[in-house]
Amino acid sequence: MERLAPRARRDAYGSKINRDHSPVLAYGVPWITIMLGSLTPLLPVIAPAPILPPMGYLLLLAWRLLRPGLLPMWAGLPLGFFNDLYSGQPIGSGIFLFSITMIALELLELRFPWRSFWQDWLVAALFIPVFLLASALFSGTSLGIANLPLLIPQLLLSVVVFPIVAKMVTLLDRFRLTRVRRIG
Amino acid sequence: MAPPSAKRSGSNKKAQLGLFAGYLAAGLGATLGVLLLAISLWRPETFNGLRSMASDAAAPVGEVGAAGRVGSRNFFEAIAGYYNAGSKNAELEEEIRIARVRLAEARALEQENERLRAVLQLVEGEVEPVTTARLIGSTSSSARRFAFLSAGRRDGVAPGMPVTSPLGLVGRVLEVGANTSRVLLLTDTDSVVPVRRATDNTVAFAEGRADGSLRIRLINLGINPLKEGDIFVTSGAGGLFHPGTAVAMVTEVTDDGAIGQLLSNPAATDVVIVKPIWQGNVVADMEAPLDTLEPEGDETGSSQDEE
Repeated sequence: MERLAPRARRDAYGSKINRDHSPVLAYGVPWITIMLGSLTPLLPVIAPAPILPPMGYLLLLAWRLLRPGLLPMWAGLPLGFFNDLYSGQPIGSGIFLFSITMIALELLELRFPWRSFWQDWLVAALFIPVFLLASALFSGTSLGIANLPLLIPQLLLSVVVFPIVAKMVTLLDRFRLTRVRRIG
Repeated sequence: MAPPSAKRSGSNKKAQLGLFAGYLAAGLGATLGVLLLAISLWRPETFNGLRSMASDAAAPVGEVGAAGRVGSRNFFEAIAGYYNAGSKNAELEEEIRIARVRLAEARALEQENERLRAVLQLVEGEVEPVTTARLIGSTSSSARRFAFLSAGRRDGVAPGMPVTSPLGLVGRVLEVGANTSRVLLLTDTDSVVPVRRATDNTVAFAEGRADGSLRIRLINLGINPLKEGDIFVTSGAGGLFHPGTAVAMVTEVTDDGAIGQLLSNPAATDVVIVKPIWQGNVVADMEAPLDTLEPEGDETGSSQDEE
């Protein structure tokens, strides 16, 4: 009898025999990582000005662009609410912006159904400034036009960081789909 | 290449309904968001309870982080200490010589201070702090400047209490949870602190600019007497903040005041002190005859502390 190479029964997600994906991992990882991203305000960084990229939002964008349909369209409501609890924004700003983002990405996908690194980055580079400007507008601060340069470092950092976040999300996606459940 | 198009409903009635329900749910979510946003902008205190519960729940994460921040700094400092140990030694000896002189000067000042206080019959004991705690995080990606404090209602913290570090004022408590509280930092655009120049009685308001600096607005307009390097301390006007706590140093003089740099950068402080709300000697002042009010005792006392 011809013997198969031992690697033949495995792929990037582990052994294909007797193992299956875990539904908890497969559906839970995106939610958990986005919520962890929303917890960045609890990092021990006491910033004198807005500096850190909005990690919760970046992770939402990255997951949504990598795996359309994995997050339901109403995901913006709970995730945005969780983000609001910690971000310092008034409650509702995250819910609204996250929900609008989910709808906008859905419509954008109808028009441009392709996928590429550059296209994803371009989409992120369009959505992030809108998110940051709208957040600043909704935050209730008395920021005038003159203070807008204040947002620029954070904006640039967020756009530059996005490909790294997207790469992290692809690694997390591989982890999400590892076959850990034993069948039979 | 297009992804497998499960999104296209085609003529499948069920898929069409599912797609429609998705848009409907997301649209409802967005509407709810707008409503909540309107409520929380109209009545900012509506959801305080929710937020403080959430930060209470996540506080252990922040505590670990804050401990890590202090620990890691010490770790790097320890390594750096092995390099340039010799030159550092010489520097330190020089510093000690200077410090001895300063100490003698400070003692002299302290005596003078006591004498002056005795003259003014000013009863000003040390303020008993409510508690000491750590800043465990800040809203570093929002345009608002809040920080999370690792002490709450159980430690006696109440909204409005001033938060200070050894270097100066940090902010005031805004919301209180059981174990954590939210601090409005001085650099938030909503924060306004009545201040005065440490050397004289030039009074002003220090407003946050959300970028780490403060706008100092003089109350008496006219010739701007401010110079770069002037130190501003809290005046105690209106209560809340204890007079004589350092706030900012002038770095740039403008038409109606100055731009000041925060003296106690919250990023560099690990432990902060929460003080009780200052109400001044209102009752005593009201009972005192009017002529003794003129030389305004607390100003003299606290400006001595600053020097």
